[in-house]
Amino acid sequence: MAATEKSPVTGTGSVALDGLLTWVDQRFPLISTWKAHLAEYYAPKNFNFWYYFGGLAMLVLGIQIVTGIFLTMNYKPDANLAFASVEYIMREVPGGWIIRYMHSTGASAFFVCVYLHMFRAVLYGSYRAPRELIWIFGVLIYLLLMGEAFFGYLLPWGQMSYWGAQVIINLFSAIPLIGPDLSLWIRGDYVISDATLNRFFALHVIALPLVLLGLVMAHLLALHEVGSNNPDGIEIKDKKDANGIPLDGIPFHPYYTVKDIMGVVVFLIVFVIIVFFAPEMGGYFLEYNNFVPADPLQTPAHIAPVWYFTPYYSILRAVPPLFNSQFPGVVAMGVSVMILFLLPWLDRGAVKSIRYRGAHFKAAVAAFVVVFLVLGYLGTEPITVWGQFGPWLGNADRATVVSRICTVIYFAFFILMPWYTKVDKTKPEPERVTF
Amino acid sequence: MNTLICLAGKRARACIHISRIGKRLGRRLFALSLLCAAAVFAGPSAASEPGVRLDTAPIDPTDVVSLQSGARTFANYCLNCHSASLMRWNRLMELGLTESQIKDNLMFNSDKVGELMTVSMSRKEAKQAFGAAPPDLSVIARARGADWLYSYLRAFYRDPARPTGWNNAVFENVGMPNPMWQLQGERVRVEQTAKGDEGADAKAGHGAAHKPVRYELAKPGSLTPVQYDETVRDLVNFLVYLGEPAATSRKQIGTLVLLFLLALWPLVYLLKREYWKDVH
Repeated sequence: MAATEKSPVTGTGSVALDGLLTWVDQRFPLISTWKAHLAEYYAPKNFNFWYYFGGLAMLVLGIQIVTGIFLTMNYKPDANLAFASVEYIMREVPGGWIIRYMHSTGASAFFVCVYLHMFRAVLYGSYRAPRELIWIFGVLIYLLLMGEAFFGYLLPWGQMSYWGAQVIINLFSAIPLIGPDLSLWIRGDYVISDATLNRFFALHVIALPLVLLGLVMAHLLALHEVGSNNPDGIEIKDKKDANGIPLDGIPFHPYYTVKDIMGVVVFLIVFVIIVFFAPEMGGYFLEYNNFVPADPLQTPAHIAPVWYFTPYYSILRAVPPLFNSQFPGVVAMGVSVMILFLLPWLDRGAVKSIRYRGAHFKAAVAAFVVVFLVLGYLGTEPITVWGQFGPWLGNADRATVVSRICTVIYFAFFILMPWYTKVDKTKPEPERVTF
Repeated sequence: MNTLICLAGKRARACIHISRIGKRLGRRLFALSLLCAAAVFAGPSAASEPGVRLDTAPIDPTDVVSLQSGARTFANYCLNCHSASLMRWNRLMELGLTESQIKDNLMFNSDKVGELMTVSMSRKEAKQAFGAAPPDLSVIARARGADWLYSYLRAFYRDPARPTGWNNAVFENVGMPNPMWQLQGERVRVEQTAKGDEGADAKAGHGAAHKPVRYELAKPGSLTPVQYDETVRDLVNFLVYLGEPAATSRKQIGTLVLLFLLALWPLVYLLKREYWKDVH
């Protein structure tokens, strides 16, 4: 019998517990999983600030799932009841407002963590070989997260829920030939209605979270297969000791578990400040207009998506229509996200980490950060926010011109990447990791 | 709109302009980073008409006397047409009122304190009377903001051109007549052409025209203007409470949670340092 081939578990300090764990381990890969992913997963010892956000994103995923379960117990996915049921949670369910604010703040916190986590990958070349699949799983997680946030945002059934969904679903109707039928199929009705709300609820609560969890698992398995990158962008597995353990590696547990707990507490301090003292976050996390129940007959004067979508929304608005069709803008918006998949193959740099890259790459990353933030800001505002240029530029809206320039730079960051990473004057990488 | 590509003759000039935009952009970015830091205070403004300057509502959510007075004004002047159907009467016990006080002094439409703050007027009747059904006020303060409500309720004036005879400087051509006209009295708007107004159109839209509006009190009400402002302040204070009754306890609980985490941090920091002593 195979079970007897494994040695018994020892060292818990209790004979009964040793026995129990031995019993489990002979029927389940308990000890080997523990070792492979925690106690004997060797991570580089020079992780810095940027390495907290992957774990924090997982924490937020946990928060969203747990608070989501409790919200589902009291929420009613019905166009006539949804808005009132959210306020019922806020007023009459004991602790309901904490659960709801944790969930609404968690949505934004998730994107904050994921954006910083992705930015870390750009800084240190974590998407480069042999970690391309980790990156691809990551971008898929990001895409699903956008879907998850979009579906979830309809559920409170406020004006912004309704009209935001209207704008996004109408994007699909801009696709030539199949567009109108496609958007009808997505809505399940000619307008956004109870049918739309019900299917969005199903997708938000069951379909996407399931896929999301599977992808997170794949992301981690791929990571633990090849090992973590680090701020120096060198492979710690190249230098091993006599036992085959990387010289610059330390076991994830306990070293990074205790370090991540420290990060978690700092994160929770920020999270708690928002949840308890500024849950609306000045209208960025909970839009004011979403406290008005959805009204299909009254279009709000200014429809803005939530902040985490606004860079792409700006790109959509920046691209001028062609033959009266918004399709080019829709394509640009789609491509602006999908292009992330190609990052591992666009980067031709001799080194991975920004620490050893030259001025070209640093300038490109700096420009990218600036345009991403500017596009993000402009997406929250009406295009008239900065007024108009004079007649010399056809009285164009300043914000539109700026977002067009930013859109060009956004795409140039990716399209020119094979060139500027190749001609970049890189510095030599160190032999061992540095602190 | 589509003139991003400079025309040949205008190229040089346009490019100079674009470089200026760049400089301005730099400054804006700096401002933006500050803005992000202060997002809590300077986020997108709650729904308001462009060009109307709102007064800051001097409300205090911990002032129970003001909240009680606001509840009384709300029940007397708002709750006949507007509902607050997401709020239960007996929740007002949080404001230090007893069940019998709520029943005897505030409830005119319903008889059980466990009931929701509904109105007997149907939405259809209301629409016939006012052109639009009066919105439910449960979360109106969260949608409009305290400053908007405070300004709006103090911006009614007599306008014979309107079917109700009333207009509002904050919400032009609003369907609601001044509900508290007996308190405030009847005011007439004094049209004025301010001297600095010529440039306002050029700046166009964004925060440009802060029109100061002046009124004359044609017929005084039962309250002085100062007393009326206080009444509206109390009412808005109550509306803010109504929008999120848990807000006060939210901050109290939050303070405790925050103190716990702040106390926890040094411990987890020391734990980390202890473990990491042997990493070199």
